Amino acid sequence: MSKVGPLGEGLSVSAGVQADSSAVSAGPRARSLSGDGPESPRGALAGVRAGVRLLRSEIGLTFRRPRNLALLGVLAVVPLVIGVAIRAAGDGADSFVGQVAGNGLVLTFAAFFVMLPLVLPLAVGVVAGDSIAGEAGLGTLRYLLTAPAGRTRLLALKYANVVVFAVAACALVAVSALVTGLVLFPVGPVTLLSGSTIPLAEGLLRIGLVALYAAAGMAALGALALAISTLTETSIGAIATTLVLVVVAQVLQAIPQLAVIEPYLLTSWWAGFDGALRDPVATDQMGQGLLVFAAYIVVCGSIAWARFTSRDITA
Amino acid sequence: MTTTIDAAGDAMTASPAGGPAIVTRGLTKRFRGGQIAVDHLDLTVPRGAVFGFLGPNGSGKTTTIRMLLGLVTPTSGSSSILGAASPVQALTRVGALVEGPAFYPYLSGAANLRRFDAADPSADPRTVGRRVAEALDRVGLAAAAKKRYRAYSLGMRQRLAIAATLLGPRELLVLDEPTNGLDPQGTREVRNLIKDVAAGGTTVFVSSHLLAEVEQMCTHIGVMSTGRLVAEGTLTELRSASVPRIRVETPDSSLAAAALTAFGLTNIIPAPGEVSAELGDALPERVTAALVREGIAVRGLQVVHPTLEDVFVHLTGEGFDVEA
Ligand SMILES: Nc1ncnc2c1ncn2[C@@H]1O[C@H](COP(=O)(O)OP(=O)(O)OP(=O)(O)O)[C@@H](O)[C@H]1O
Ligand SMILES: [Mg+2]
Repeated sequence: MSKVGPLGEGLSVSAGVQADSSAVSAGPRARSLSGDGPESPRGALAGVRAGVRLLRSEIGLTFRRPRNLALLGVLAVVPLVIGVAIRAAGDGADSFVGQVAGNGLVLTFAAFFVMLPLVLPLAVGVVAGDSIAGEAGLGTLRYLLTAPAGRTRLLALKYANVVVFAVAACALVAVSALVTGLVLFPVGPVTLLSGSTIPLAEGLLRIGLVALYAAAGMAALGALALAISTLTETSIGAIATTLVLVVVAQVLQAIPQLAVIEPYLLTSWWAGFDGALRDPVATDQMGQGLLVFAAYIVVCGSIAWARFTSRDITA
Repeated sequence: MTTTIDAAGDAMTASPAGGPAIVTRGLTKRFRGGQIAVDHLDLTVPRGAVFGFLGPNGSGKTTTIRMLLGLVTPTSGSSSILGAASPVQALTRVGALVEGPAFYPYLSGAANLRRFDAADPSADPRTVGRRVAEALDRVGLAAAAKKRYRAYSLGMRQRLAIAATLLGPRELLVLDEPTNGLDPQGTREVRNLIKDVAAGGTTVFVSSHLLAEVEQMCTHIGVMSTGRLVAEGTLTELRSASVPRIRVETPDSSLAAAALTAFGLTNIIPAPGEVSAELGDALPERVTAALVREGIAVRGLQVVHPTLEDVFVHLTGEGFDVEA
């Protein structure tokens, strides 16, 4: 790429330089677009660097935005509230509550159990639903595309940003629950759902597994929300549609007569994280869940791509 | 009734460096719902021109610009900027302002410019600080660089949008109503800026309603009316395409009107205390002599050359209502 050449001259246009200077800068640039394309190693490297730069800009925007920070705050506080509530209730009737009271590590699993159906999808749905529709609504989408960000490239980086946010959200829940558990309750070897007990270190490993599985489930939801986000110019619409779908899916899941469609619902695979709490780890259950997540990502990603690359940007 | 004066024939096949900056052939956009926004547009903008793109509200200027930039897919026809096969290949050499400013309200002016610079894959991140500062300085926003966009006034927002078009070296600037909302100083600054940029060899494609302004800075003009190009050419060509009128101040206006008719002038409009008529190729001194021969009291006589506004209204009609 002729990155340094023309751009190194900075504002030669506004500085009012002669006509031939812009003609000179046109030459190498024009060639670099046709000849030094993505196939050539140097072009590819420059392309990756530029992609990383835009992704960093996306991530910076996501994690600096007050609304998203508030969402992350909620994600950090919920495990704390659960912990404090269990502590206040004392050794209780409920066996699960009793387990948490007996071992702080279990609070992490409790937190995901409580937050996976709605709280985590809310946070990821807001960021992913906003990703394209929000830019369209602000009008910034037209300026990103004339920059030119490239439609496919922008969509891919928007999704990468959603995945980063999903991972961060799940990690935050895990860390917040872990810290709360360590502070409020005794800690020791973990008794699994299957009855056997594993040492503390392996318990921490299992927590990591749970968080990763949850992040994969949220990444699949993110792909769905991204696809919806390409269909509208109002981010509230995209976010609300995503959340309504999440709730409806979980209602359908609870109706026994509709058991046939259950395997096709994204939400019914989220609870699969408890496979990490069995001995040995229920790899086929979790593996199937991951396959479903991957299928959702591919299908929704294709829909988003087909729509976004052909859509008229009139906002 | 397209009066294409400046036609460039095989423009589409021209080489990237030498060919026209913008070429459209049969460019058409029909929106869903049947609305034809742009109707078989054949436009040629030569390199180095300052092209004024005129037209009443809803005549299809913004839609044309969106198609040029690849934001909207044409229903039929084609367009090309800077000789590139697709807009994305050329856009890195193009600065664009489309239908007003749009920025992130929670970011400062400088941070907003950095954001859009990051989206350009060919922009050099090492020089971004300098380029952003220079662009802000260029539009007089240096002092407000750190201020959040939310707190910008209408004119400051417009200036920031212009700054965004100046982030890199550009071969083409596409400016959709750049002086919208600017104060007189701002308007003048933008006009000077466009002249400066054009002096550096950059082609400028500017849509505007402010005819006086277009008259001051544009070398070429295209006039749109209900989606069609009704005139295209240099400013001089366009002016000369419409004929001057002669205005006679006289108390005997009906007599004067008869005398002008007898002289062979057309389009005569009598009014209390004066008469005007299309002068055409007739010499004003001959007309004066004829009037005096008829014994008409001539108190004043004036040859009125049409302003761009007259040309514009002549081409696009007097009607005030938008056509939809
Ligand atoms: N997204 C859209 N859907 C349907 N019709 C549209 C859309 N955008 C524009 N139009 C129609 O296309 C026509 C041209 O609109 P356009 O915005 O190009 O006009 P314009 O010349 O830029 O007007 P103005 O001077 O007011 O900015 C109008 O009749 C408008 O109603
Ligand atoms: Mg417009």
